[in-house]
Amino acid sequence: MSKGTLEIINLHANVEGKPILKGVNLVIKPGEIHALMGPNGSGKSTLAYTIIGHPRYEITQGEVLLDGKNILELKPNERAVHGLFLAYQYPVAIPGISVANFLRSSVSAVRQYGKKTEDNSGAAEENHLIPMRDFRKELDEQMKMMGVEKSFARRSLNDGFSGGEKKRMEILQMSLLKPKYAILDETDSGLDIDALRTVSEGVNRLSGPDLGVLVITHYQRILNYIKPQFVHIFMDGRIVESGGADLALVLEDKGYEFIRQKYGLEINLAAEDKIALKEVVS
Amino acid sequence: MTNDVNEQLEVIPQDYKYGFHDDRVNSYKAEKGLSEKVVNVISEIKGEPDWMRQFRLKALQTFYSKPDVTWGADLSTLNFQDIYYYIKPSDRSERTWEEVPNDIKNTFERLGIPEAERKYLAGVGAQYDSEVVYHKLKEDLENKGVIFLGTDQALKEHPDLFKEYFGKLIPPADNKYAALNSAVWSGGSFIYVPPGVHVDIPLQAYFRINSERMGQFERTLIIADEGSFVHYVEGCTAPTYSSESLHSAVVEIFVKRGGRVRYSTIQNWANNVYNLVTKRALCEEDATMEWVDGNLGSSVTMKYPAVILKGRGSHGEVLSIAFAGKGQHQDTGAKIIHVAPDTTSRIISKSISKDGGRASYRGLLKVLEGAFRAKSNVVCDALILDDKSRSDTYPYIEVNEKQVSIGHEATVSKINDEQLFYLMSRGIAEGEASSMIVNGFIEPLVKELPMEYAIELNRLIQLQMEGSVG
Repeated sequence: MSKGTLEIINLHANVEGKPILKGVNLVIKPGEIHALMGPNGSGKSTLAYTIIGHPRYEITQGEVLLDGKNILELKPNERAVHGLFLAYQYPVAIPGISVANFLRSSVSAVRQYGKKTEDNSGAAEENHLIPMRDFRKELDEQMKMMGVEKSFARRSLNDGFSGGEKKRMEILQMSLLKPKYAILDETDSGLDIDALRTVSEGVNRLSGPDLGVLVITHYQRILNYIKPQFVHIFMDGRIVESGGADLALVLEDKGYEFIRQKYGLEINLAAEDKIALKEVVS
Repeated sequence: MTNDVNEQLEVIPQDYKYGFHDDRVNSYKAEKGLSEKVVNVISEIKGEPDWMRQFRLKALQTFYSKPDVTWGADLSTLNFQDIYYYIKPSDRSERTWEEVPNDIKNTFERLGIPEAERKYLAGVGAQYDSEVVYHKLKEDLENKGVIFLGTDQALKEHPDLFKEYFGKLIPPADNKYAALNSAVWSGGSFIYVPPGVHVDIPLQAYFRINSERMGQFERTLIIADEGSFVHYVEGCTAPTYSSESLHSAVVEIFVKRGGRVRYSTIQNWANNVYNLVTKRALCEEDATMEWVDGNLGSSVTMKYPAVILKGRGSHGEVLSIAFAGKGQHQDTGAKIIHVAPDTTSRIISKSISKDGGRASYRGLLKVLEGAFRAKSNVVCDALILDDKSRSDTYPYIEVNEKQVSIGHEATVSKINDEQLFYLMSRGIAEGEASSMIVNGFIEPLVKELPMEYAIELNRLIQLQMEGSVG
């Protein structure tokens, strides 16, 4: 109904015939930061993948409206053009494709730089790409801000990158693509405190009135750096409780078991999800 | 998506942009089919010495006596009597493009050859059907004693040098197609690089088939003398006809002590060309031979560039890329024979099959007794883009010496859906994302090519990829 929102309405999705999302409702507006917290296996990542259009997830019910437009029929690349972005928990390595070439293609596509012509000559090939010089300038600036060394541009995408390097690469991509809505899927996992700080600073630099953010996390830790206005607790394929920033602190104190009991959910929690989050993290 | 009927009609990709042909009156066209008479006519027209005529006639008998090749790709539809063995497009080979007949010149202009020559080549040869119509080497290289001529011309101008090497590495009896080439050969390049001379920028030959049902049988001979270096590049295209053409070349390379030759091929024949080629190099002490072999076009290719490491400390490399699209079978590979001690070799083969295409790697690595401390590493990776396509690997390794180090790895993979999804989620459309992954897959080989050719190869692969999407 409305412009300027990402609306997830009663979203149900299956993976290989098994229901994983069971009626997710969530509205994110530009300028807002939402945190989605939940135990292992609750379907948080499924939600992220479903929103950006991974073919493995079969949508059985519901809608996702981006600025009022249903995007569920769009291909993943079209969703990216409409301003959706996912920072992956496990970015895949693609050997032989340099970071610079990949980013140039990606940025050119998302900004719809030029249009491909009928002619297949080399010149036309180049036409839909941002001129190399302009792109390099922009890339160099962003890399500098993300604390990424220049030599990264020549490396194969995510190939042999450390966990921290991969996550920084994701945020670098986000800074170049300038999405309207960004989902960060467990961006804190596998990061030490320094890397977490760098990555979080990157996200904070990008956030502002034109960006809506959904931070998916298991732990409260990243929320010390990226401050959400809204916190949602995700269990058994849906949001069971929403609140302000203090909800994350409740969770930290009491753990997911408390929530499970409160709502009488018949689900199994992993051992680490049965105790308070602060005990797990420490 | 196209439906099946349409797909069957599209065996020849519509985006093969070199599929045009010229309607021209040739200077001479031999009658169709293979015969002793045709062989005599070819030799006659060329005004060859008698030894060459006898060589040809004997090779023809060898060709007849050899059984059909059945161990590789399917050649059963190839009809030797339905092919023109000699078509002479013009009366002579020129040294300036202005002198080349207009229609032929225009063809090469469309292929970008004169422009490439101006920009980044040390010399260019251009063959059109059976004859070399243009040949030019930069003057400073001529002054240093480098010879770069059409092979027929070299027979006339350097008869002794020619006779010393011609057919010595690949005798007519080597295989049926080498025998055929020896009987009806015409054109090709002859290169001699004197001791210590480095030809720093590449020499290129461009082979163009224009006529329908044409057989092109060029013959290339390269002699790199001691401590010299040359990079030779060949490119090939042909018009898209419904009937078949045959390209059957023989390439012999002699690398003397401490010399180095790199031979790069970007084969982009139309999808109605049988491409059956024999290529072999002989390395003396401390010499290096590198084959960089890209096969994108043709209906059937059978080609296994070989290196014989005869001299101690010599090194051989075969880096090959094969792309088999709809209706194509690329049966390619490498052959390396370690004869001497301390010889090293490397084979890297990457193949891509798509839209029902078939890519086969066929390799022979042989270490003879006495080749102490021979070292070799073989890597072949195949990428299959869909369920209709096929990839096979036939690696033969024969080691008769104990003190050796041999590595062999082979992988076959399908295009990775997670990689594809990752790129698409960053705004890149499916077709472009697939080509990027394919380009990434072959990147270790493409980076071995000079920039201009790397770009060309990537572009050709892009075209092949685009043919399938949607």
